[in-house]
Amino acid sequence: MSAPAPAPAPAPAPAPAMRSSRIKRARAVEAIAKTITGACLFLTIAATLAIIGVIVYRGAPSISWEFLSSMPKKQMTEGGIWPAIWGTLMLTLGTALFAGPIGIGAGIYLAEYAKSGPVTRMIRLSIANMAGVPSIVYGLFGLSLFVMVLKFGTSLLAGSLTLACLTLPVIIGSTEESFRQVPRDLRQASLALGATKLRTIMRVVLPAAAPGIVTGSILGLSRAAGETAPIMLTAVAFFAPMPDSPFDQVMALPYHLYIMATQAVKPAPAIIWGTAFVLVGGVTAAGVLAAAWRSRQRSKLRW
Amino acid sequence: MTQPSDKTARKGRLGFSRAADAVVRRVIAACGLIAVVVLAAIFGFLLVNAIKAIREVGLGTMMAGTDWYPTTEPPVFGFLPSEVGSLWVTGVALLLAVPIGIAAAVFLSEFAKGRFKEIAKSVVEFMAAVPSVVLGLLGLAYIAPLISKTFNVDSGLTALTAGLVVGVMSLPTIISIAEDALFSVPKELRQGALALGNTDWQTTYKVVVPAASSGIFAAAMLGLGRAIGETMVVLMLAGNSGLIPTSPLQAARTMTGTIAQEMGEVVRGGTHYSVLFAMGLVLFAITFVINLAADVVLERQRKKWRR
Repeated sequence: MSAPAPAPAPAPAPAPAMRSSRIKRARAVEAIAKTITGACLFLTIAATLAIIGVIVYRGAPSISWEFLSSMPKKQMTEGGIWPAIWGTLMLTLGTALFAGPIGIGAGIYLAEYAKSGPVTRMIRLSIANMAGVPSIVYGLFGLSLFVMVLKFGTSLLAGSLTLACLTLPVIIGSTEESFRQVPRDLRQASLALGATKLRTIMRVVLPAAAPGIVTGSILGLSRAAGETAPIMLTAVAFFAPMPDSPFDQVMALPYHLYIMATQAVKPAPAIIWGTAFVLVGGVTAAGVLAAAWRSRQRSKLRW
Repeated sequence: MTQPSDKTARKGRLGFSRAADAVVRRVIAACGLIAVVVLAAIFGFLLVNAIKAIREVGLGTMMAGTDWYPTTEPPVFGFLPSEVGSLWVTGVALLLAVPIGIAAAVFLSEFAKGRFKEIAKSVVEFMAAVPSVVLGLLGLAYIAPLISKTFNVDSGLTALTAGLVVGVMSLPTIISIAEDALFSVPKELRQGALALGNTDWQTTYKVVVPAASSGIFAAAMLGLGRAIGETMVVLMLAGNSGLIPTSPLQAARTMTGTIAQEMGEVVRGGTHYSVLFAMGLVLFAITFVINLAADVVLERQRKKWRR
């Protein structure tokens, strides 16, 4: 209360105690922060595992040869899903045929020919932007260009072309990435032997980059195989016979699943979950096989 | 005798190979432009098909119109119910996905080690590969009943339900891009901070996260883009009401869902058809701006750490 004593000079004694308490606090905060961020990652992983678990648990029992290979019966409430499997395979194959060559070409251009400048910058911006365009907008584009203007109708062809546009950024990206990973020495050795740039690219760089390109493309294609919105506007029908030509409507797994899950008269849950299992299983199997093949090829190549 | 012919043959081969080189180079350069062409074509075709609606109804009237009665006579085309629905769904999705995604990315990049890190990364990658229609099915089977029970609402098909599932969908995008951004922060910065006596966490939030902030921001933006553009989940889970939702516990419709649901039933070439294209154009414009912003930010970050 009375006049305060002259302020005590900061004694050396309390400092270590304060410091140790600060260290303790920092360590405690660190432990809490690690727990919280770790919990967030754990939550994400748990959600993914739960998704896999539910689909396998509810879908796997309904898988039988008959389910996979027969036609739907009685308004989809019985029978199999063969036409939907076939339709999705055909759509994906068509997508690969259209998007593969052009996407790989564009990737080669960016990796080997493009000089840094405004044009290249614009191309890169466009690719990044294409990857973010909503799939339903691709559907509208496909509907107006392929279905209406080019008069392909609601068809396998229109759907494949639409999905090809959607998949292009993935294929371009993985091609460029794979080309950049091929060491420069290989190119220089080839050029030094008198090969032209094109020959070098085709005979030396492309084979070395192929595993990465194929794997990246398969991942992109498997994503396209699971898309529903674009093919809804361009390719699929609720029920269609097996397609005879590229101008026919098709059935497809994702759309089949959507219809069965939302229509008023629902088929047996076994059929719905079985379809989901086939779709997720197919997409996953393609991805895993592609990744395994890539790592085998990579271990063969050594540089 | 043989020498001259040999020489011409070699010259011919060289000439041919040069010509082939030139041709193929042009073809490849043309492929390079495909992305620009497709993007421009998307915009062009949306615009051409939307012109009828813009002329007859007016872009302002559509975008600010509060009622959506496309099949009455005369029809009323107001986008607000869809726009507000998209806002609710996206808002819920981002509230869930941005904090969790960034936190998970921080743990993955800064604290996780070795085999666990690799496995966790592949799990996240797998999550991105699950088709959205399958997530919609899971939402119908599990999340919608849960929402209906928890909040005591009649139908579990609400903006909240769709938002939660869309949030799960955009998690992998946010995690992988944010993780990339954190990973690209130079090691020296971390070592410097640790050498000054900071803990791992102090290093992370004082040095690494600020250094990667633009990339993390871009991750959130791209997550936003995915959430706005998601179609099947909202079509299956949001309830598709035509009214403007005032809370996330009401049924809602989104722009993507409206297009997907009604495009199948419209007269091709009619006003309703054109109006749906106009809605697609608005959607395209929104995502275009978001993606462009994210890309510009990412590019700046890339330049910053390029050595």
